[in-house]
Amino acid sequence: MTFATPTPTGTAAVTLDDFVPPRGVIALSIRFFRRQPVGAIGMVLVMFFGLGGIFADWIAPYNPTANDFAAMTEAPSWAHWLGTDQLGRDLLSRILYGARTAFIVGLSAAMVGGFSGLVLGVGSAYFGGRIDLFLQRILDIFMAFPLIIMALAVVSIFGTGVQNVILAITIPLIPRCARVVRSSALAIREIPYVDAARALGYGHKRIILRHMVPNVVAPFLIMLTAFVGQAILAEAALSYLGLGVQEPVPAWGLMLQGGAEEYATTAPWIAVFPGLAIMLTVFGINLFGDSLRDVLDPKMRDR
Amino acid sequence: MYRYIINRVLLVFPTLIGAAFLVFALMRLIPGDICLVRLGGGGTSFTAQSLANCHAEIGIDRSWIVQFIDFVWGLARFDFGVSMWSGKPVVVEILSRFPISLEVALIATLISITIAIPLGTISALKQNTWIDLLVRTFSIAGLATPSFWLGIMSILIVLDLTQAIFGQPWMPPIDYVSLWQDPIRNLSIVMLPALTIGYRYAAVSMRMTRSAMLEVLREDYIRTARAKGLLEKIIINRHALKNALLPVVTVIGIEFAFLLGGLVVTEQVFNLNGIGRLMVLSVQNQDYTLTQALVMVVVTIAVLTNLFVDLMYAWFDPRIRLN
Repeated sequence: MTFATPTPTGTAAVTLDDFVPPRGVIALSIRFFRRQPVGAIGMVLVMFFGLGGIFADWIAPYNPTANDFAAMTEAPSWAHWLGTDQLGRDLLSRILYGARTAFIVGLSAAMVGGFSGLVLGVGSAYFGGRIDLFLQRILDIFMAFPLIIMALAVVSIFGTGVQNVILAITIPLIPRCARVVRSSALAIREIPYVDAARALGYGHKRIILRHMVPNVVAPFLIMLTAFVGQAILAEAALSYLGLGVQEPVPAWGLMLQGGAEEYATTAPWIAVFPGLAIMLTVFGINLFGDSLRDVLDPKMRDR
Repeated sequence: MYRYIINRVLLVFPTLIGAAFLVFALMRLIPGDICLVRLGGGGTSFTAQSLANCHAEIGIDRSWIVQFIDFVWGLARFDFGVSMWSGKPVVVEILSRFPISLEVALIATLISITIAIPLGTISALKQNTWIDLLVRTFSIAGLATPSFWLGIMSILIVLDLTQAIFGQPWMPPIDYVSLWQDPIRNLSIVMLPALTIGYRYAAVSMRMTRSAMLEVLREDYIRTARAKGLLEKIIINRHALKNALLPVVTVIGIEFAFLLGGLVVTEQVFNLNGIGRLMVLSVQNQDYTLTQALVMVVVTIAVLTNLFVDLMYAWFDPRIRLN
């Protein structure tokens, strides 16, 4: 389980539209779809699973935790579109509810980790000197620390449960975000308008929030998107190891534990579908993130 | 340059001591301790006296400060002590599990390099063609696939294939033998895990190769080389690739360092007895000495890799060391 920082991909030709700022969410989305078809595919994938998770209560055909011993390890059929697991639970329903767990963990971990990293990164760059040196050492420690030990310790100290899984995943995201934000913020600190703001007598808070943060938003948003995917993968891995979300909560990683391997040859659908769900969701997030990078960072457009 | 090197090397120590403190504190914050695990493991009852004796025997009745100083002093002398669980020296425990993890990590790295560098280069050279799109899709998919699921799928495929070809399913053996003893048996254990990790790892390095190559190909000296009428092959191999590889090597190095500590899930899927599973076991047993030593090994490898990368950069790029 490692976390990578995103690298650029995706291109599109510059058209006249680019110079006319679109108004409203709909116009903006239409432009995004036209300019970034690959990113749009990603967005559709993410929305497919996201909406599935949100509306699971209404669209899931069965109760995701109800055992049905009359229908154990049944192959996909009209009654159970994706088949059933070793306890007779409907896989489609479990995947829909699992999407909810995945997005709750992925979004919260990415948000909390990202914003903490933003504050630390910008603060570290702005104040510089000893504060910077000290913060960077602390972040170094967390960067090098094995994720699995951290997760095990968090779970052993606070117990299992969704919020503790989020905590375990958030901790390693913070230093990664802070690193990237800090390096962008260091460049911005040298630009004369920060000096100008200081000369005008503005306080630290105002300079940081109004002058520095808006200028690191582009790399920050790109990273935040990548974090959602990485957090979903981390949640799946922790749940698979039995350190994450616990039964009977439906979670994709948990669905791959135990039964999936045991019945791999006789009932392969138990292992195939939850994994596909994880892969497609994260794939969609990554496609979307890459396109977002192209839109937000014009320098990367032709790479 | 010397000033930079000395400064950079000195920064290693606070990180190591910080990590030592972190693992020390985390382990002791976990409720219960090894004596409770040992004495109460089978659901048997025990007296307060026997618990106290056990604490005294392994030295966890002393104050935290004394224990921490003892731990750091041991580290400084490369003396990791004995495992609280098995009573064997920690070094023996780690060395018996280390080779398999190291081998999987090394083969995964080799696989990823052989896939990533050629594909990343082709993708950059054929930018915006269907080849580029295909390679990029392949690499984004690599980043999106959970390695343990890929592991389960690959086992499934091997089972089905061998069933179809030989009439009975075949599974890779699980008891480890070294490469020198029985190379075929060894590789049949290690190959699948290495492939599943190698794919993900290749995806990361492929993206790095592509973007570094694209950047280098826009440099003036490439245009000059083309203007001189050099063969395209020579331009790519000698001028472009050589300069694009520095960031790629960095990514490979850093990923390798993290790989050693991140093999847990793959080891679980393939039933390998590597250091990843030893970590999980040692935390669950609340074996302070073993966990502390394992964390310090992984952290030290990561920190030294970072140090090496930074020094290499300073060597190649004078702007870094002069700043």
